[in-house]
Amino acid sequence: MLTETLGPVLVANRGEIARRIIRTVKRMGLRAIAVHSEADADLPFVREADEAVLIGPANPAQSYLDVAKVLEAARATGARAVHPGYGFLAENVAFARAVIEAGMVWIGPSPEAIDKMGDKINARNLMEAAGVPVAAGTREPVTDLSLALRAAESIGYPVMVKTAGGGGGIGMSVAHDEEGLAKAYEQAARAAARFSGDGDALDGPAVLLERYIERARHVEVQILGLPGGKVLALGERDCSVQRRHQKVVEESPSPGITPELRERMLAAAARAGEAVGYLGAGTVECLVDADKQDFVFLEMNTRLQVEHPVTELVTGLDLVELQLRVAAGESPEVSAEPRGHAIEFRVYAEDPKRFFPGPGKITAWDEPTGDGVRVDSGYESGNTVTPFYDPLMAKLCVYGSDRAEALEKGRKAVAEFVVEGPKNNLPFCAELLENAEFVTGDYDTGLVARMRA
Amino acid sequence: MAEVRAEMVANVWKVVVNEGDQVSDGDTLVILESMKMEIPVISEDDGVVAQLKVAEGDVIQEGDLIAVIE
Repeated sequence: MLTETLGPVLVANRGEIARRIIRTVKRMGLRAIAVHSEADADLPFVREADEAVLIGPANPAQSYLDVAKVLEAARATGARAVHPGYGFLAENVAFARAVIEAGMVWIGPSPEAIDKMGDKINARNLMEAAGVPVAAGTREPVTDLSLALRAAESIGYPVMVKTAGGGGGIGMSVAHDEEGLAKAYEQAARAAARFSGDGDALDGPAVLLERYIERARHVEVQILGLPGGKVLALGERDCSVQRRHQKVVEESPSPGITPELRERMLAAAARAGEAVGYLGAGTVECLVDADKQDFVFLEMNTRLQVEHPVTELVTGLDLVELQLRVAAGESPEVSAEPRGHAIEFRVYAEDPKRFFPGPGKITAWDEPTGDGVRVDSGYESGNTVTPFYDPLMAKLCVYGSDRAEALEKGRKAVAEFVVEGPKNNLPFCAELLENAEFVTGDYDTGLVARMRA
Repeated sequence: MAEVRAEMVANVWKVVVNEGDQVSDGDTLVILESMKMEIPVISEDDGVVAQLKVAEGDVIQEGDLIAVIE
């Protein structure tokens, strides 16, 4: 199949990622169709698509998460392929199946691969079997507190408690003792029941426990599965700057791993992808013990990642284009010899001290420009950032020939970015760029907490 | 008497207390949700919930009155 046969492509997402996908779809000469909620009618992605369909009210359950409405929009517009972006329905097995059954091309891995990796417990077990190192943890779903307490005792505190499904750090927390575990378990169980998209809650909330590695780095590998089964590893991203277990800044290459460890991680990630017959773009997330230069598998994200531009900047690849070509059955020649250094800053609508949400109307918006500066934004002046969706307004990405140059470009670009109206974390980004740990590159996932201690 | 007001635009996800309930400093009154984050609203006094101005599912604006503790 040729990529020309994919169009029109329906983009089942919103904000910056819908806009970014639409850009590549149009550049490839295909029609791009947006779907949107009432709350998003004025956002740039709606206007920039060749056609846009209103699918429901602001509440995501009645719009972006409503499989029937998205499918109906695809049918009505004659879409021949669906790109889910990240979040919302991107890792929803039933949606992927429904797209395929409706005779359209699903731009993502097979529903079977999503299913296998979507359950973090199952994924852990599969990876262990494929020879990918995993942290000590539970092999079966933990469905009540007494099981959790027993498991934690055998794993050893501190433990990370998280939901088997879902992502984005929701419901995830660290327990240092039994009392902390009771709290962490309750939080995870509640999140599991609440955010499960496909009825997992019916079987009781599935929670897993893993040995928590303190002072770890979060390093992930971008993979690309080709038709025929070969999986390529396209370099790594360091995502250790996190608040509430959610990423704020990512960079590539990671300043915290040796070439030997990088080689081992890339090989393991390719093996992980091949073990599940992975097709298209995906990410293998790992935790790295920087002192020991060792790593364990954390989870696999079966979709395009928020921070994919970091990889694009150091490899020169367009990952969305590669997703489309692979989905069309092509086997693109890809050589990923990363060059230079890239950093992404997530510009969130939140206060820069406590990181609490700060939605509001944007009264001024001026993006930095220049050599080595890329901004993927979902908003412009006059738009309103509403409380219904996640707080990501834009991704400010910088590229330099080395890390020092990237840091310098970051400082300049952060200072030039004008956002007025909603609270935003640009002051935090500026502060980070002067932080000694970040500047030297010798930091871990505890960095933001230390900055705010 | 202490007024508890919203610090941001949010949806009221869960109302934990009823009018007339006895609460202590640090107790959760309601849980808000904004931008996929749960935000507990905490009482900063010991007292009785004299007024409760929100219900589950409400959308509230920054500065809106949530409860009065006496």
